[in-house]
Amino acid sequence: MKFKKLFLSILAVFLFSVGLVAYPTKDISAFSEQIIQHGAVGDDVIELQARLQYLGFYKGEIDGVFGWGTYWALRNFQKEFELKKVDGLAGKKTKEMLERATDYDENFVKEQIRKGNRFTHYGGMDKSKQSAPGKQNNTNKNKQQAQQEKSKQQGTQNQTNTNTDGANNEAEQQSNNETNQQANNATEQQDNDAAEGQTTKAVNVPQGFSQNDINLMANAVYGEARGEPYEGQVAVAAVILNRVESPTFPNTVSGVIFEPRAFTAVADGQIWLTPNDKAREAVLDAINGWDPTGNAIYYFNPDTATSSWIWGRPQIKRIGKHIFCK
Amino acid sequence: MIRWISIAVLSIAVAGTAVWGYKEHQEKNAILIQAENTYQRSFHELSYNIDLLHDKIGTTLAMNSNERLSPQLVEIWRLTSEALSNVGQLPLTLLPFNETEEFLSKIGDFTYKTAVRDLEDDPLSDEETEALQSLYEQATDIKNELRNVQHLALENNLRWMDVQLALATQDEQADNTIIDGFKTVEKKVEGFAESNANSALTGTSSKEHKYQNLNGEKVNQEEALKIGKELFNIDNHNDLRITETGDGADIPMYSISYRDGKKNAYLDLSQQGGNPLNLLVDRNLGEKQISLHDGLLKAEEYLKEQDFTDMILFDSNEYNNTGVYSFLYNENGVRVYSDAIEVKVGLDNGDILGITASNYFMNHKDRNIPEPGISIDEAKSYVNPNVDIQEEFLSVIDNDLGEEVLTYEFLGLYENDTYRIFINAMDGTEEKVEKLNGKEINYAGI
Repeated sequence: MKFKKLFLSILAVFLFSVGLVAYPTKDISAFSEQIIQHGAVGDDVIELQARLQYLGFYKGEIDGVFGWGTYWALRNFQKEFELKKVDGLAGKKTKEMLERATDYDENFVKEQIRKGNRFTHYGGMDKSKQSAPGKQNNTNKNKQQAQQEKSKQQGTQNQTNTNTDGANNEAEQQSNNETNQQANNATEQQDNDAAEGQTTKAVNVPQGFSQNDINLMANAVYGEARGEPYEGQVAVAAVILNRVESPTFPNTVSGVIFEPRAFTAVADGQIWLTPNDKAREAVLDAINGWDPTGNAIYYFNPDTATSSWIWGRPQIKRIGKHIFCK
Repeated sequence: MIRWISIAVLSIAVAGTAVWGYKEHQEKNAILIQAENTYQRSFHELSYNIDLLHDKIGTTLAMNSNERLSPQLVEIWRLTSEALSNVGQLPLTLLPFNETEEFLSKIGDFTYKTAVRDLEDDPLSDEETEALQSLYEQATDIKNELRNVQHLALENNLRWMDVQLALATQDEQADNTIIDGFKTVEKKVEGFAESNANSALTGTSSKEHKYQNLNGEKVNQEEALKIGKELFNIDNHNDLRITETGDGADIPMYSISYRDGKKNAYLDLSQQGGNPLNLLVDRNLGEKQISLHDGLLKAEEYLKEQDFTDMILFDSNEYNNTGVYSFLYNENGVRVYSDAIEVKVGLDNGDILGITASNYFMNHKDRNIPEPGISIDEAKSYVNPNVDIQEEFLSVIDNDLGEEVLTYEFLGLYENDTYRIFINAMDGTEEKVEKLNGKEINYAGI
């Protein structure tokens, strides 16, 4: 009986410590299993960009979004390292080759991103020289901080020295050691960041649109159709885009939205309500090509519509409370 | 008696005044909102104009043929004048913004001068290209600053009416993000001594025409419901709603919708042939479990299941745990831009969240794609020599006139920007040049 208890407690302690040990020894600086392709977002992309920059292939900003710059860098890497397939996909072979050819200082990179610094990750250079305070005031959410803009901190030009052959390994290792000591601390903060979904410095946007265009449309969609089913919200966004295309309406998103007497939500100020994520997703879907309205350029709510003219338009269909027409 | 009458008269007067006052107040509010909206419109259009301007100048740098260059320069000239008129409508009279206006008119002058010149005889000189390059860099800075002000204004619901008030009272203490932002823009421009309404997909047909690829028998409502259940992946439910489209629709469709607590789905089905034109599934997404690439495999598998053959991936993007993939039709190695299908995959469990194939059904047909009239090396000689060509394809696109043409498509780099360049495969005309962006600083993220 006593033995059993002892045994159990030993087992418990053992399991507990295994749990403790297993977590920090998790390999921090290696890619996950996924094949990384154009358009991907996240930590693997940050690592990919950093490793490609280490060799001087990638000269852009390490922002965690696999854009064209990363694509060409990856292809050139594949070409130069004579990999069989030059396809711009970071698959198993490519990632192994990258891991062998480069060092990735995850803590350094993540810290720079968290601080909003402007930085680079070229191999064989002193890291402290590769980072400079960015214009974080600009991009900060906090309004008050944004207003400190007046102090006009101009980020000094970041060092884009492409000298990769200088073997400055000492500095490299030193900074590695330093950062390893703070590893626990840093991973904690990274987790926090991940929770807020702020791990990348850039985001994908559809060709020809800015996040602001999307937000403005989300505002309009939310103001006009927040009570509607999801397809009804996509439909309203699609109508805005159909109007941009149409020769009889303004040629910009903002022009269409703010056209006098075009949308009731604009006229009564409801457009300035804060939109939710659904509205934003609906806008993205519409921009990416979904149009549940069948090319409608008008819609109205039959319960409240006062104009007889709108009833005369050829109707296409009804979604939720709105009737869509040509 | 008189007392009561006077009380009644007075209270009616008071009530009347209150009603009148309230009406006045409402009218004033309505006018305020209207004025605010005008300002907002000018402001958002201005940032959009500058963004477009920036892209267009960039595109000009990557262009080669003079037939395309002149219209492009005219376009830039037009955009500067639009941007200037938008600046003019903002209540910035009390704010020094003249450097930016000067910058705009400088671009306008430059592009006008060069556009009206016969570029065939007298092409852009090296200095002019350099000037354009430096204008491009300035435009980049201005664009970024303006987009940032715009972001702050949207984020914090800033009102231009407040800007006007702050400027009018000349209150030095007033911290106004918009004013500060515009001052920063102005500073940026001072620092120097001296570019589009792309559709989501290049070259897709924006012209409206009849659906060309709807074959098969007309399906009735019951059959449509059956297809709907299959596509929604729900077998045992009978609570689907189905409606027919009205007179305004291009083609007769069924719209089928379904909703329960967790899932909400919508489908447009052509009555002829029962082809799915639009499918949208709305549900709460879990955490990201699969990669963008795995999502692609799911999307490809789904297309195969739906009998869309010979589709190849054109573009993939990850937005908040969803993967959006564009596919083009591939006819014996020639990519056909107008026959596009988009698929959306949830990256939490790999379920299909949507498909839109209306472009495919509208444009797809049996084509007789001719052999190219010029060789690929000849085509390359029509591309701006400064562009470093990285990838090449044969593609069918819709040109400016809305006709389908066979082109050589080149993806290339100029400085750090990527361009997509289409050269007509028959006569070497530069059909289209497009700057590819696709990503942006995360304004909200950091």
